[in-house]
Amino acid sequence: MKLKLITEISLALLLARLKQTMVAAFGVTFSIAMFIALLSFMGGLNDLLDSLILNRTPHVRLYNEILPSKIQPIARSSQFPESYHFVRHIKPKNELLDIRNSDAIIKALKNDKNVRGVAPKTTMPVFYNIGDINLTGVINGIDVEEESRLFSFKDYVVEGKTIDLKNTPNSIILGKGAADKMLAQLGDNIQITTSNGTRFTLKVVGFFQSGMDELDKVQSYTTLATTQKMLSKPASYVTDIQVKVKDIAMAPALAKTYHELFDTEAIDIQTANAQFETGSSVRTLISYAVGITLLIVSGFGIFNILNMMIYEKMDSIAILKATGFSGKDVNAIFLTIALTIGLVGGILGLIFGLGFSALIGIIPFNNASMPAVKTYPINYNPMFYVIGAAFSIITTYLAGYFPSKKASKVDPVDIIRGK
Amino acid sequence: MEKKKIIEAVDICKSFHDPITVQVLNDVSFAIRAGEFVSVMGKSGCGKSTLLYILSTMDTSYEGELFLDGVSMTNKIDEELAKVRNEKIGFVFQFHYLLSEFNNLQNVMLPGLKLGKLTPKEVEHHAYEKLRILGIEKEALKYPNQISGGQKQRVAIARALINEPLIIMGDEPTGNLDKKNGDVVFDIFKELAEEYQQSLLIVTHDPDFAANTHRIITMEDGRVIKTPSD
Repeated sequence: MKLKLITEISLALLLARLKQTMVAAFGVTFSIAMFIALLSFMGGLNDLLDSLILNRTPHVRLYNEILPSKIQPIARSSQFPESYHFVRHIKPKNELLDIRNSDAIIKALKNDKNVRGVAPKTTMPVFYNIGDINLTGVINGIDVEEESRLFSFKDYVVEGKTIDLKNTPNSIILGKGAADKMLAQLGDNIQITTSNGTRFTLKVVGFFQSGMDELDKVQSYTTLATTQKMLSKPASYVTDIQVKVKDIAMAPALAKTYHELFDTEAIDIQTANAQFETGSSVRTLISYAVGITLLIVSGFGIFNILNMMIYEKMDSIAILKATGFSGKDVNAIFLTIALTIGLVGGILGLIFGLGFSALIGIIPFNNASMPAVKTYPINYNPMFYVIGAAFSIITTYLAGYFPSKKASKVDPVDIIRGK
Repeated sequence: MEKKKIIEAVDICKSFHDPITVQVLNDVSFAIRAGEFVSVMGKSGCGKSTLLYILSTMDTSYEGELFLDGVSMTNKIDEELAKVRNEKIGFVFQFHYLLSEFNNLQNVMLPGLKLGKLTPKEVEHHAYEKLRILGIEKEALKYPNQISGGQKQRVAIARALINEPLIIMGDEPTGNLDKKNGDVVFDIFKELAEEYQQSLLIVTHDPDFAANTHRIITMEDGRVIKTPSD
């Protein structure tokens, strides 16, 4: 009842100053819309840039590295316990790079409830033979289906069919850069030489473009079995086990566990790609800063208009107080005005923000390094809208707070006697 | 039979301290009983308006004690005083102070809606009633800027009456009106006092106006110098 009366009075005051109110509300609308559009666009770009690396990077990678013996013989001597050891002569031994007992590890990982998927991989250095010239390269033997499912492998195959890699024996998907150098077409046969001198002929079934030029000049893909055959190794020969976990935040902890459990090296995505996280968070920070600045500016607009309204309505405030409205009621009336401006402006802002985002989202954006992207990327994260709505209410509340307080302190005697 | 005191002022003193201390009210004591039509007379600057604002509870910086309907108003908080003003006091000022955003009917209804004792429908009915008593029910749906000064003052009186207050206070309610409209307003006050036993306390410096009231309180230099029949 009381609330209804206060709302009615607020609305009457608002409507009496419709033009100014609209300008104030438009300020909020504009800032919220820009805030949403900016964050959506920035979010989309971040996702795109991150996915360039992060999509294709396992959350945890298990591998073996050639390392010298951590405990040198002299350390085992009880004669020099507190001494600094200069004598280091045990060099790395000639070990295979594969992960021992890989089948069992893969099986264990697949049963781990933290794990979303596991993709084994075998990497081998090769030479691509082009006439007289040999180009260095790397062939990754992959499980085609798992690689597609977990690392969007399919998205980066720009020509040919991914599944042909599995169905055609001795086939290869060439990096686009390497293929251009070799003048290779789909269906061509190319020659490669392995590090121990064996030659193989492989059939080109597709081209791969990762977005990183250097990588595309070097990397190619075959199936796991083909790679193992070229290396003349058994089917258990796997150099990398790539793990995608359900919660990426858990990757560092899991990497540590796996390192101890499986006795292999294990690196998590956060450690391997720290620079990307930093880049994303700084970009996000900048967009938030710009968005919030816009909101604060519109807050000052509301502050101004309310202040003016209060000066204009001094008489009305005085008479309301004289006829029994308390300071609290007057405060509530002006806060309601501020919040109404915030609410109406905010809701319109959210709608316009969505519109702007959608508009940016249809602008063509063709980039050779990102074949899967055709238009500017937009992230329609509902969180942006929640934040935008919350901020519009908070800033208008703050903008209304001081003028309302001033209105509630108006002394009716001063006004009425002053006439 | 002695009627009960609805307003009683006991030794009220007030000083302004800016720029120098000036005592404007000095030990003012008097009482008004139910149904009385009282006018306060005095020269400009004698403190009569200041007294009225203290009696109306809007001005709270004074010494002494004020009783309204037997209850002390001294040391009450803003919200309680607002409630008292809403329920027990009706105001008519020199200027009408109608809200231009609302039509006359809504202006009259506002204090009633604030009181919240009746439903909006009932408040509206009462508001029409008051406007009819004052002879301006035809103007109910017009806005304040569409009616004459005398009519505005009558709407303001209707607004003062809406919650059926204990007392109506007026600060030179005819001061802004011409002779004819002033007489109309005076007649309304008189009618309210005689027919409806409404208590009224009107500050004026118009001797003709004061002469027709039941009792004249005369003030000079912050003191009450004449309060007959108290």
